[in-house]
Amino acid sequence: MGIKDYEMVIGLEVHVELKTKSKIFCGCSTEFGGDPNTQCCPICMGMPGTLPVLNGKVVDYAIKAGLATNCTIASFSKQDRKNYFYPDLPKAYQISQYDLPLCEHGFLDIESESGSKRIGITRIHIEEDAGKLVHKENGGTLIDYNRCGVPLIEIVSEPDIRSAEEAKAYLQKLRAIMLYVDVSDCKMNEGSFRCDVNLSVRKIGEEKLGTRTEMKNLNSFQFISNAIEFEFQRQVQAVENGEEIVQETRRYDQTTKKTFSMRKKEDAHDYRYFPDPDLMPIIINADKLQEIKISIPQLPDERKTIYMSEYGLTPYDAEQLVNIKEIADYFESAAKITSHHKILANLILSEIFRLLPQDSFDIPISPANLANLTNLIGDEIVNSSTAKKVIQEMWIKDQDPQGIVNEQGLEQINDETILEEYVTEVLNKNKKSVDDYLSGKGKALQAMIGQTMAITKGKGNPTKIQKILMERLK
Amino acid sequence: MSKQLTSMYVSELIEGLETKQFSSVEITKEYLSKIDEKEKSVNAYITISADKALEKAKEVDEKRQAGVKLAPIAGIPVGIKDNICTNGIRTTCASKILSNFIPVYDATVMEKLNKDDIVMLGKLNMDEFAMGSTTENSAFKKTSNPVNLEYVPGGSSGGSAAAVAAEEAAFTLGSDTGGSIRQPAAFCGVVGMKPTYGTVSRYGLIAFASSLDQIGPVTKNVRDSAIVLNAITGHDAKDSTSVNRAYSDYTKGIENGVKGLKIALPKEYFAEGINEEVKTIVLNAAKQYEKLGAQIVEVSMSTIDYSLPAYYVISSAEASSNLARFDGVKYGLRSENYSNIDELYKMSRSEGFGDEVKRRIMLGSFALSSGYYDAYYKKALQVRTLVVNDFNNIFSTCDVILSPVAPTVAFKLGEKTTNPLEMYMGDIYTVPVNIAGLPAISLPCGKDSKGLPVGMQLIGKPFREADLLRTAYAYEQDIYMGGAK
Repeated sequence: MGIKDYEMVIGLEVHVELKTKSKIFCGCSTEFGGDPNTQCCPICMGMPGTLPVLNGKVVDYAIKAGLATNCTIASFSKQDRKNYFYPDLPKAYQISQYDLPLCEHGFLDIESESGSKRIGITRIHIEEDAGKLVHKENGGTLIDYNRCGVPLIEIVSEPDIRSAEEAKAYLQKLRAIMLYVDVSDCKMNEGSFRCDVNLSVRKIGEEKLGTRTEMKNLNSFQFISNAIEFEFQRQVQAVENGEEIVQETRRYDQTTKKTFSMRKKEDAHDYRYFPDPDLMPIIINADKLQEIKISIPQLPDERKTIYMSEYGLTPYDAEQLVNIKEIADYFESAAKITSHHKILANLILSEIFRLLPQDSFDIPISPANLANLTNLIGDEIVNSSTAKKVIQEMWIKDQDPQGIVNEQGLEQINDETILEEYVTEVLNKNKKSVDDYLSGKGKALQAMIGQTMAITKGKGNPTKIQKILMERLK
Repeated sequence: MSKQLTSMYVSELIEGLETKQFSSVEITKEYLSKIDEKEKSVNAYITISADKALEKAKEVDEKRQAGVKLAPIAGIPVGIKDNICTNGIRTTCASKILSNFIPVYDATVMEKLNKDDIVMLGKLNMDEFAMGSTTENSAFKKTSNPVNLEYVPGGSSGGSAAAVAAEEAAFTLGSDTGGSIRQPAAFCGVVGMKPTYGTVSRYGLIAFASSLDQIGPVTKNVRDSAIVLNAITGHDAKDSTSVNRAYSDYTKGIENGVKGLKIALPKEYFAEGINEEVKTIVLNAAKQYEKLGAQIVEVSMSTIDYSLPAYYVISSAEASSNLARFDGVKYGLRSENYSNIDELYKMSRSEGFGDEVKRRIMLGSFALSSGYYDAYYKKALQVRTLVVNDFNNIFSTCDVILSPVAPTVAFKLGEKTTNPLEMYMGDIYTVPVNIAGLPAISLPCGKDSKGLPVGMQLIGKPFREADLLRTAYAYEQDIYMGGAK
């Protein structure tokens, strides 16, 4: 048996910080990056005698997130205390939701290279964030309570995910939806969108779930993929070696790209959940629900359908675009100026994605300029390899691509008489390739196209060169 | 002046201040010297803020002199139980773990009282974190019953009741989670009111059991209780469990008498376990009500045996969570003996909490543990519903319930400290009221053969404090008019 005989079973827990102005149980600001302990009060610091009062916006936002992920919204919900000691948790309990979450039984559809798939969403509940420990270099630990009481929703998926790619597709889709409904800024580097991965392995075809491990607080798509790949292989190897998988929390280390055991199950907390007696039940009536429903904007899936039907994009390409709201908005702006939508989509998905730094979606090229470049390609004024060069220059300095093409004489050579000359030159120099091709080695043709392109300094029209070559070699 | 200022009722002080027979400074000074004299033996106060009190009294007198419109209770010296947060004044919950804790905020009741210009004399002794029935669980001192110094004042608001009985404050505030205002009021022979849950804001009351805690007044008589209620009740946006409704003047209709009133006597409250003298005295009060025109109806309260265990499960469970924040990290006692964070928690809490508090935290943690939750906590919540139903049944035909406050009168200091279970049994008549969130008042109805006060409890429908005040007032007036004793 080898790794190919196993599959991974993944469930994800995603924490999303809601972008309410004030905290979940007090009036303190939720803004990120303030000086330590400047955005807290006796309530969020859990001082004796203080009491929480629920911020209604938090409930509205959570419901919005639930509706956008096809959840059923509870008409009666309550808040519970999750008890454990940690210095960043000033009350020694976190106000969360246990058995009656706000949202349940949702799903979202993802598109990966292996096709489309529906991932179940078990529940979405509201809770408060904890503070932050700051470890000093000379030892000792300080605590910043600014983040205490920042509202979170926790979105728990069903164990429906079977690969790192699916996990990534799910997270991208989820992040997109949260941005579309505008309940969070989902900044992974600021921790406002973070993920715990529950992973187990089993032999393909088996029904029974294996023992799972949990990897906590992963905050980049890359780390999540790496962590999943490593943990899958580690577990398969362990099973193959006849070892037992231990239920535990593991930490992913980004420098070694490995996971390490943090806490075994027997050390796990008994959180002693019980309904928070300081807070009243949350009652959602039909009017309220309707009001929130109306406020939900066009979601990624609706856009995807439009991209497929109106712009002729494949489901996969459409999904890649809509999954990042910034990118989809950018695509739509540019799409208004060009009719070559597929070329535009390809430019974004290949060139722009390649140039974007990890987890950033800030494109320095204006949509109009990119649309112009798309038109230059579509109208066969430049070829795609030239476009690559041009786009790199536009990335450094946003400008009209026509200018770059004119200045550097990058226009595509479409004149067949000129191309004939170049082809003749190549044929004369490469008798062996000609012989190879004629004896049936198709690859030789590609080599000759490449050489012709090289003589044109990349400006030749590759389709025409191929056509001429094939005619000459008949 | 024939009557000492410290012997006067709040209503009399209000009148005297308004008619300028005496000043707030004069009253305050008299109270402070009374405190000086009595504290040597009574030990009701943990912290006395004499300077601040005099300063405030002077300020109120000046305001009054200048013709500023003042609240009725302006300038009256009061004592506050030491689990109610007072901005800038140490608030300890009678615990070592908070011995150095000075809040930077006022409890909502303090905000209200301060706005009404009361004069705060100091913070009153109690059982640590309000857990106990004798005030012997205080980490700092043992309070004596002013009626007989060898006896306990009751608890947990023992300081609040003793201070009123010893005339060390015109009135005090206590808190009542399972009888902690009513029982000490009964033991000390004063009037204690536990309002309907949600009537007085809990913001700033250091929580023992959030779903049961309620702040209330301890006063010399029934009318004063109504006056203080007027000052402290009302909706508070800072407390989600505070009830948003119209609160009317509690002194209104207090003199309307009990003619036609249906008073229920639950037979289980007079069954085995009750001291015979207490039983006789409380039943005499019932007879007195009959004479006053009320109708006495014998009823049954079958859940009484389950209330006590349910109370101890719920209150301890909530306490185990509420008291978790006292971990030595941000404020309060931090042990010197630790080398890592777990030891810091363990040692600070081991050194900071007393035995009874530890016992309740352990009880509560156990009751909430996975695997035991259903058998204990969930069961207790079910009992809670049954208790509420029981009360509803009685109130469908009756207006007020009359019962003893406790099965016994006050006992000697140290007499029951080694038997916590026996101590818990003393709460049997008071806890059902908290479980159901109802209002109840405790008032003196006689003395036993040793001269120790016996209290009776009147329980009312939700938000019907006025019924209780009227009923209690009728009895109290009758006694003063020379009726039965």
